Amino acid sequence: MTQSDLITILPLLALVVWACALLLVDLFIPKGRKGWTALLAAAGLALTMGLTLAQAGREASGFGGMLRLDGFSTFLNVLFLGSGLLGVAVAYGYLKRMDLERGEFYSLLLFSITGMMLMAQAADLIVIFLALELLSIPLYVLAAFARPRADSEEAGLKYFLLGAFSTGFVVYGITLVFGATGTTSLAKIVEVLAAGSLGTGSLLLTIGAALILVGFSFKVAAVPFHMWTPDVYQGAPTPVTAFMSVGAKAAGFAALMRIFVMAFPSLSADLTPVLWALAALTMFIGNIIAISQTNIKRMLAYSSIAHAGYILMALVAYGNPAVAADSVASALFYLVAYAVTSFGAWSVVMSLEKPDAKGLEINDFAGLGRRNPLLAAAMTIFMLSFTGMPPTLGLVGKFFLFRTAIEGGFIGLAIIGVLTSLISAYYYLRVVVTMYMREGEPQAEGEYWLTFTTVVTALATVVLQFLPAALFALAAGAVLK
Amino acid sequence: MSIPLSWYLILAAALFAIGLFGVLSRRNAIAILLGVELMLNAVNINLAAFWRYLDPAQMAGQAFAVIVFAVAAAEVAVGLALIISVYRRRKTVVADEIDLMKW
Repeated sequence: MTQSDLITILPLLALVVWACALLLVDLFIPKGRKGWTALLAAAGLALTMGLTLAQAGREASGFGGMLRLDGFSTFLNVLFLGSGLLGVAVAYGYLKRMDLERGEFYSLLLFSITGMMLMAQAADLIVIFLALELLSIPLYVLAAFARPRADSEEAGLKYFLLGAFSTGFVVYGITLVFGATGTTSLAKIVEVLAAGSLGTGSLLLTIGAALILVGFSFKVAAVPFHMWTPDVYQGAPTPVTAFMSVGAKAAGFAALMRIFVMAFPSLSADLTPVLWALAALTMFIGNIIAISQTNIKRMLAYSSIAHAGYILMALVAYGNPAVAADSVASALFYLVAYAVTSFGAWSVVMSLEKPDAKGLEINDFAGLGRRNPLLAAAMTIFMLSFTGMPPTLGLVGKFFLFRTAIEGGFIGLAIIGVLTSLISAYYYLRVVVTMYMREGEPQAEGEYWLTFTTVVTALATVVLQFLPAALFALAAGAVLK
Repeated sequence: MSIPLSWYLILAAALFAIGLFGVLSRRNAIAILLGVELMLNAVNINLAAFWRYLDPAQMAGQAFAVIVFAVAAAEVAVGLALIISVYRRRKTVVADEIDLMKW
């Protein structure tokens, strides 16, 4: 292992070692004092975050070009580690309250984050496959973590079956790309495609790329590959759902951007119409079905499907070299906006959740405005941000996405995006109306770290919108070269 | 070398299609898992064939095949554990009967 290899994987290495050690240390922490495990997990994440930030601006490539350290990976790794820290913060009190306090939760979370970081750094199709599995397998277990609660077991099983199924598509697609180009390295694939002597291989390549797209569409929950999302999001323990909706989605998009923007710009003539249809369908169906939901977790699940559609909208124009950089930057920007907003909304849901999945109907939020003004105000901010209304980060994020779509010449798609955002206002604002206009006596949990997460994310949603240029510059610096 | 590469690819594609059909048509969770395994085996046939016919000197294809079945084994271990845990409570692994949540 050379020095360059070591620099490339240093944060990853630290997190893996920490996660393994945590698994052992947890054995010696008595039941009822698992707060220590949570603290240690958070310390590991913070340490990795420190290492990642210390390497910011640095570019390196390791293991024969299989892994890369660049602006793109640093940006996403910070996002993953941040969502991991918030995940630990909200999980600690939740697990205690729901009588699920088992230390392996935190190790599994750390392993899953390792997989996501590996995904952001991968520059080889083999590593992308490995990262996909490393991030998914712990998530299958985490989704079923509330066993013996039947809905959680069911969520775990459904997530596993659909996840394994989609992995099959991804890896079969990868073999076809490998067969067509004779290499799995993204950089070398570009070289082979530029030389342009594929012959019959070009058919294999197109089919392979399409299969990879299908597989990752499952992961990011794009319509028509979204069927698992509402069930899994509803059944899984809420901290896991929050982490999944942010981390797993961002990792899926990271892989899509790496593969398509870096290796397959030449296939854009074939893939752009497919991406267009995927984005339009996802925005439309996600928002329409969300209207009829009465359970807040299911509603937020459909909202997360819809947001996958908005982010896909930015990627439709990826093949146009003039907009490719903007399309990655605006997708990354929106991933941050969505991460902050989504984590906040889920933490409010957790505050109102009662054991045995009670307190999760939208009607259970009635009267929150009077009983707990702080929580209701935070939820209002998150709902406005999801809709894309001022004064929130969601508005700025959507603005960049629509701008990219229009620059790329996809005005029809941008119009669909605006219209579906208007539709979404109906069900997001219904939550706000329920909180302030209807009578009820909801009992909110006042646990310290949960409130902390809610307040921090709410502040971030409002404050970050005042420096969109700075954040967008960061995202633009993270663009793939 | 009398057997052309395309035969292997057709075999793999057929196996993948059979696995896909299995996943979509079977209702037993174990049978669905079997379908997924068939899909992953199609992947391995593809990899071995491409490795042998394209560039036997380069080990990427073989190494990838080894990684694929090691990871598949890890995945199945988790999957079977999930299936057993569901079976213990409900005495069924038929996907249609595991339907607590629906929209």
